[in-house]
Amino acid sequence: MQKVNVAKKILSANEEYAFKNILILTEHKTLCLNMISSPGSGKTTILTRTINELKDQIKIGVIEGDIQTDIDAEKIRATKAPVVQINTDGACHLSAAQVNKALKNLPISELDLIFIENVGNLVCPSAFELGEAGKIVVLSVAEGDDKPAKYPVIFAKSKVLLINKIDLLNAEALVDFDIERVEADARKLNKGIEIFPISAKTGEGITNWYNWLIKSVKKSSV
Amino acid sequence: MHEMMVAENLLSAISDEAAKRKIKPIGAKISCGKLYAINDEVLCFAFEAIAKDTSCEGLKLQIEHKPIQCRCKKCNETFNADFSGPKCPKCSSEDFELLPDAPLLLEEIEF
Repeated sequence: MQKVNVAKKILSANEEYAFKNILILTEHKTLCLNMISSPGSGKTTILTRTINELKDQIKIGVIEGDIQTDIDAEKIRATKAPVVQINTDGACHLSAAQVNKALKNLPISELDLIFIENVGNLVCPSAFELGEAGKIVVLSVAEGDDKPAKYPVIFAKSKVLLINKIDLLNAEALVDFDIERVEADARKLNKGIEIFPISAKTGEGITNWYNWLIKSVKKSSV
Repeated sequence: MHEMMVAENLLSAISDEAAKRKIKPIGAKISCGKLYAINDEVLCFAFEAIAKDTSCEGLKLQIEHKPIQCRCKKCNETFNADFSGPKCPKCSSEDFELLPDAPLLLEEIEF
């Protein structure tokens, strides 16, 4: 029996592609944000509303990640924003190589901002860097207020937490969700995280999110 | 479930080393940062499944999880943290930044 030291990096291929993506995005001064959440939290609705309402201020492109179908890409296409769909065929997260390929099919030089809508999953996507400038985690109130405590990694790594579907909180006794608990739990892991409670359906609170986006796009275009 | 992708990458790295030496590997030690969220049982199961009928069949994986590293924004101290209420051990500040996670490394192969 013999033991051999190897010290070889696994998944280094993903890191290499993530680095390539950073170079491409920096060259074009395009901000890239990686959106992560459970399925059904409202990522696509947030994106379509954001694209429509910021149309005159920010040029946005989207990379859509889904296990199957191009249902989400169709919704984005309806806003006229450029979109590339990636189907992962069962894989639970996007890889940097897939994003690299998708970037080549977007008119990056015309875009201020690219959203990557990751596969709906609160765990796996957080382990794969794609070359983005920041992660946006979306949590809808119907999922429960214990999520930052139960899935800490993604809340610790994200720049922004969007608490979506707050319109459901207005209907009393419909959903038990303590926003303050979520904010406190998320800040315990990540003091600097920006938190915006919004409703992508009614538009409540969404201006705060837009202001943050506009500010961040300005910063990255310098 | 991302463990499957890790298992595939591991299998190819270990198989390459085994092919160079022309001996059957029986164990491997890997290490990774906790932010990779690797579940040992899932990774071992995935590896076992894809290693079947290869030179790595039956290989035992040993996984070491490296702690999450943080740097205090107040006093610059670096420290290991867990997620159950992380704070700086030196100045008790809760304002810190996450440092890059320890890489996923194939440390050692046993033949």
